[in-house]
Amino acid sequence: MDSEDEFMSEPPSGDEIDFDEGTQDSDIGSLSGDFDHDHDNGFGYEKDILANPQKPYEVDYRILSPKDIHSHQERQFNEVSSIIELPPEQAAILLRYMRWNKEKLIESYMDNPEQVLEAAGLGPTLAASPKTKTVKGFTCEICYEDDPTMQTYAMKCGHRYCVGCYSHYLTQKVKEEGEAARIECPFDGCHRIVDSKSLKLLVDPSIQDRYEVLLTRTYVDDKDNLKWCPAPECEYAVECAVKKRDLNHIVPTVRCAYDHSFCFGCSLSDHRPAPCSLVKQWLKKCEDDSETSNWISANTKECPKCRSTIEKNGGCNHMTCRKCKHEFCWMCMGPWSEHGTSWYNCNRFEEKSGADARDAQARSRHSLERYLHYYNRYANHEQSAKLDKDLWIKTEKKMTSLQTQSNMSWIEVQFLDTASKALQACRQTLKWTYAFAFYLQRNNMTEIFEDNQKDLEMAVENLSQMFEKPVNELGSLKVEILDKTTYCNRRREILLSDTAENLKKGTGCTSLV
Amino acid sequence: MALPKRIIKETERLMAEPVPGISAVPHEDNLRYFDVSIHGPSQSPYEGGIFKLELFLPEDYPMTPPKIRFLTKIYHPNIDKLGRICLDVLKSNWSPALQIRTILLSIQALLGAPNPDDPLANDVAQRWKEDQEAAIQTAREWTKTHAMT
Ligand SMILES: [Zn+2]
Ligand SMILES: [Zn+2]
Ligand SMILES: [Zn+2]
Ligand SMILES: [Zn+2]
Ligand SMILES: [Zn+2]
Repeated sequence: MDSEDEFMSEPPSGDEIDFDEGTQDSDIGSLSGDFDHDHDNGFGYEKDILANPQKPYEVDYRILSPKDIHSHQERQFNEVSSIIELPPEQAAILLRYMRWNKEKLIESYMDNPEQVLEAAGLGPTLAASPKTKTVKGFTCEICYEDDPTMQTYAMKCGHRYCVGCYSHYLTQKVKEEGEAARIECPFDGCHRIVDSKSLKLLVDPSIQDRYEVLLTRTYVDDKDNLKWCPAPECEYAVECAVKKRDLNHIVPTVRCAYDHSFCFGCSLSDHRPAPCSLVKQWLKKCEDDSETSNWISANTKECPKCRSTIEKNGGCNHMTCRKCKHEFCWMCMGPWSEHGTSWYNCNRFEEKSGADARDAQARSRHSLERYLHYYNRYANHEQSAKLDKDLWIKTEKKMTSLQTQSNMSWIEVQFLDTASKALQACRQTLKWTYAFAFYLQRNNMTEIFEDNQKDLEMAVENLSQMFEKPVNELGSLKVEILDKTTYCNRRREILLSDTAENLKKGTGCTSLV
Repeated sequence: MALPKRIIKETERLMAEPVPGISAVPHEDNLRYFDVSIHGPSQSPYEGGIFKLELFLPEDYPMTPPKIRFLTKIYHPNIDKLGRICLDVLKSNWSPALQIRTILLSIQALLGAPNPDDPLANDVAQRWKEDQEAAIQTAREWTKTHAMT
């Protein structure tokens, strides 16, 4: 396990703090966080939002199935084919060569057909099927072999290499680099595209198959308004009109048919309310500063009162030390008595201390503290989301096994699934609010933002706390949990709406510190 | 594993006809590993410095580019603090027809013509754009401290 993983996903060992016996048993493997398939869920609360796609933080988009993608391409092949009077297979090659820019293709083809055909690897020489041959006195410039019986190959550009090297080169491009439509001749500086006939002559059938798949993928890759769903093995694509230049004002979150949610702008998982550029900057910063923050985080995970080591079992941040019974907040390590009241403010970084900092060292210390304030909260929600989820998986298992004893049916306990999903979504949002806040310039917008953040955070911690109750108590908490779930979703919606509207207006939110 | 003919031939040629201002010597116990030194080009802030690099030919060489890294500290927008180099021919523009020789020449050229618009070391690149004169001065000082001993 590499150290970063360890930090993000697993609390240090030690078991001084324990919430209830219910979380101690069976070790259930963690699921990959962002892209689980939840086919059988009819309770996902986000469905309601989709039914009403006019919230300020939502964008219009369309989901394309593999079949849709295929038929879109066919339509274009046929259309171009009928205009330039070439068979659809050749129109396909030309379209891919021209990065699916139909207008440009037709225009330049009308202008100079020979040149276009030549450049796309469809020149007249291609009519005859390409062949390999031996050449007297030939030395391959890649492997330096000069065996006269060696088979060699060159395209029309005349750059000749031995078949072994050529094949190895193409295999590498297709298999390792995922290239297809625009693989160039191996010669440095030669831009001739390797055509499919040459490729098929030189590589194994399995590589040929992969090549065909990759060719199909270029349709989505080359179009700005299309994106593949980034979930592994997912074959859906999404069409969305949001342009690159809009990304400072909109966070275009979309969802494929399998409910994988991702950002259309950068293909990362849902990072609302933070805009793409900020996310990129933040992730880079976290990577650069990971050593420092790892060190600090590793050294603060103990009870602030008696110093015994703490393990966090659930996502809730309200901690009670098993040894000294001290109650505190996992995020700010402050006493919990100060939380959950009207002056809960563990989300806000106290800027004042920095303003007084006189010398450079104090300033740099202040800037590190400021970063850690936000980073710890960001990382903490990420970890809590995972813990909440693990807890739900354990609870669900237990409930299934308790089904006979309990008087609730499987359907009846699904309110916990809904609650778990709400916790995931809210923590995902909260996590990014901290990255967002790090770059937020202080003005009156910030206060509203921080109030929203605080309200959501309190709602989430309340729900999370209930979620950790022993299984046999959960049944009687149903109404309360449902209420709190609705409230969490409501707070999240308010936060996302407010931020999205401010981003659209460009009021203060994107100004970097 | 036997060394491919390509690597043997390339090494022989590097030894027999060295490139002015550049040397690349393979380790005796690992012929895929080279100690490289490059002289800072004249008229550049690296002039007078001798920069040490390490170069490794991966299993798949020449289908994949050599791995190469500066060992001498250098202040340059396309070279980060770990010595990694941002150069197109070492990545997307690599061709198996390129050689160690051509790559080292490209790196030498990069020293003569830093490109802050395609940065690897962001802080350096930013300074290079904001105050080129000061950045060049720093590069000169670093050359003096780290590459002239
Ligand atoms: Zn060869
Ligand atoms: Zn060529
Ligand atoms: Zn998907
Ligand atoms: Zn994004
Ligand atoms: Zn707190």
